[in-house]
Amino acid sequence: MSHHTSIQPADVSVAGLLRTDDLQQLIDALIAAGYDVIGPKIDQCAIVYDQITSVNQLPRGWTDLQEPGRYRLQQSDDSKYFGFAVGPHSWKKYLFPPQSIVSTATRTENGWQFSTDAPPAPRLAFLGVRACELAAIEIQDRVFLHGPWVDPIYKSRRDAVLIVAVNCTSAASTCFCSSTNTGPRCRSGFDLALTEIAGGFVIETGSESGRAIAARLPLESVTEHHHAEASSARAQAEAMMTRKLRTDDLHDLLLGNLKHPHWDDVATRCLSCTNCTMVCPTCFCSTVTDVSDLTNDHVQRERKWDSCFNIDFSYMNGSPVRNSIASRYRQWLTHKLASWQDQFGTLGCVGCGRCITWCPPGIDLTEEVVKLRDAVHANSEDPS
Amino acid sequence: MITPFPSSHPHNPWLAHSVRIQRVTQETPGVATYDMAFDDASVAESFQFLPGQFNMIYLPGVGEVAISISGDPGQRGVVPHTIREAGNVTKTLARLPLNSSIALRGPFGSSWPVESCVGKDVVIVAGGIGLAPLRPAILHLLKHRSELDELTLIVGARDSSLLLYPERYDDWRAKGMNVLVTVDRADESWHGCIGMVTAVLDRLWLRDASKTVVMTCGPEVMMWYTVQTAIRRGIPSAQCFLSLERNMNCAIGLCGHCQFGPEFLCKDGPVFCFDRVASRMKVEDL
Repeated sequence: MSHHTSIQPADVSVAGLLRTDDLQQLIDALIAAGYDVIGPKIDQCAIVYDQITSVNQLPRGWTDLQEPGRYRLQQSDDSKYFGFAVGPHSWKKYLFPPQSIVSTATRTENGWQFSTDAPPAPRLAFLGVRACELAAIEIQDRVFLHGPWVDPIYKSRRDAVLIVAVNCTSAASTCFCSSTNTGPRCRSGFDLALTEIAGGFVIETGSESGRAIAARLPLESVTEHHHAEASSARAQAEAMMTRKLRTDDLHDLLLGNLKHPHWDDVATRCLSCTNCTMVCPTCFCSTVTDVSDLTNDHVQRERKWDSCFNIDFSYMNGSPVRNSIASRYRQWLTHKLASWQDQFGTLGCVGCGRCITWCPPGIDLTEEVVKLRDAVHANSEDPS
Repeated sequence: MITPFPSSHPHNPWLAHSVRIQRVTQETPGVATYDMAFDDASVAESFQFLPGQFNMIYLPGVGEVAISISGDPGQRGVVPHTIREAGNVTKTLARLPLNSSIALRGPFGSSWPVESCVGKDVVIVAGGIGLAPLRPAILHLLKHRSELDELTLIVGARDSSLLLYPERYDDWRAKGMNVLVTVDRADESWHGCIGMVTAVLDRLWLRDASKTVVMTCGPEVMMWYTVQTAIRRGIPSAQCFLSLERNMNCAIGLCGHCQFGPEFLCKDGPVFCFDRVASRMKVEDL
């Protein structure tokens, strides 16, 4: 029996077992409920998120091998639907689109007229959201919904989403969600959650919408054996996780050493390519620019993802404030792991490892933190 | 202190208000004050700002720029902004004819602590165009002059042609503010003080340093040494306030550009108590 049961939120309960052969019925039920289903599929040698209508599009029997600066797909020795970790995409591309229009302006005889009318948000069902990604969505909720200003684009998209989570049953070498306390178990923030075991999926519901979908599925009752198998499958992900990040001292360690020479050391390896910020499921920086037609009578304000690694990002009064790679890497890491805590009350990192995998030179933030900590401690112990 | 912003904003923060350029006053070379009037009477009626807050001035097809409001917070209908030609938006703005239709979003950000100045002495220290974001505080304090003890303005500029609002100084003096002016470099026409604002602050008679509030705006290095001088004179650092500047894009704390350590300058600033930002002001490239 799962030892996690007692600390699950009250509205999370086990609904039943969906047989492997019936997974299509879940997709069909989501579509019937009016959702476009977004799920994992293979594209350009990576597992990405895209619209799916059939279980045949899922990367069944595939797994991902991840290391710093390296990602490869490989056929696994089982036929699991969800036997991989996370790829270069995250769900933020649907909730906080890489490109969106925040407002429009039209020139009229009476001057400029402005509008923020937007098409209704698509009703999307996310299939295969991992625990770290639930945490990332919760973090972006805090940024876009719970500050003094609400972002209307994020809000309308977020309100229209149904989340089908999947508990990880394996971990990539780059995963460290145990350290950030964001996984691997999905505890809340989902409508439905699946744990894949031999022969089927143990299904939990976490909301009224989730229970409504579950009610349309041919569920069987979950036996002690199923529970035990689901529990041990989830435990396996935890056991496979080798990467660690000590978090208790991060705030003061990073913000107390802004002038440490280690930032220059990272800068010799960092390409300032922005990959880490593009794949990060919590990074939220953007820039709005004006795009007008040839007459300049119709103007759109377009918001695009931006990155603190772009040199123009801090441009002011004729020059960038963060002119060096060291200052830009420092901004990223101190924000993600330290000042984020001041701003939003949590780490900005969910331990998904994407920034490690997709960094061309393979810079590993967990390792950089250790190097900085060791250097700081070595210095403080040095009697000279 | 007046609450910087209400706890929730029902309207869409991306929606701009149409305004007209009602009047342009040339101030110093490349700097002008643009009085903007709302097209929508109900917006004109409801628009209120606190001293030190800023607007996003929007020229459709060109872009937005964050500009402090430089008018009287008590005045309704017209919103003045003193703007230096610097980038695309401000240079395009400088070429627009009167009555042109443009737009603004706002007001945004924190404000000068004018309400906590009651019963205290106030020293305002401005460098160059840094006087513009302080002008609403000056106008507010002059209106409530009887509630304060000493009120001093120290204005500095690189040379006398760059002094902002010089024709208003006598009026401000008449209303009870001690206005001290200094320039870095002088020609033969200048008969006033020469030197940094910090030198003036160093020599300023203080009635009671422990009950003095300092507000400063100008280049970061000027503000740093102004506060250092104030502290040396016995003014508590917790009573020193400054207005910081960084690249701003959204003005609502969502785009990430204006971060200064944990602060988003647009929503936590631009006006800060010195103590809150002091440790980061001496970190290069932050």
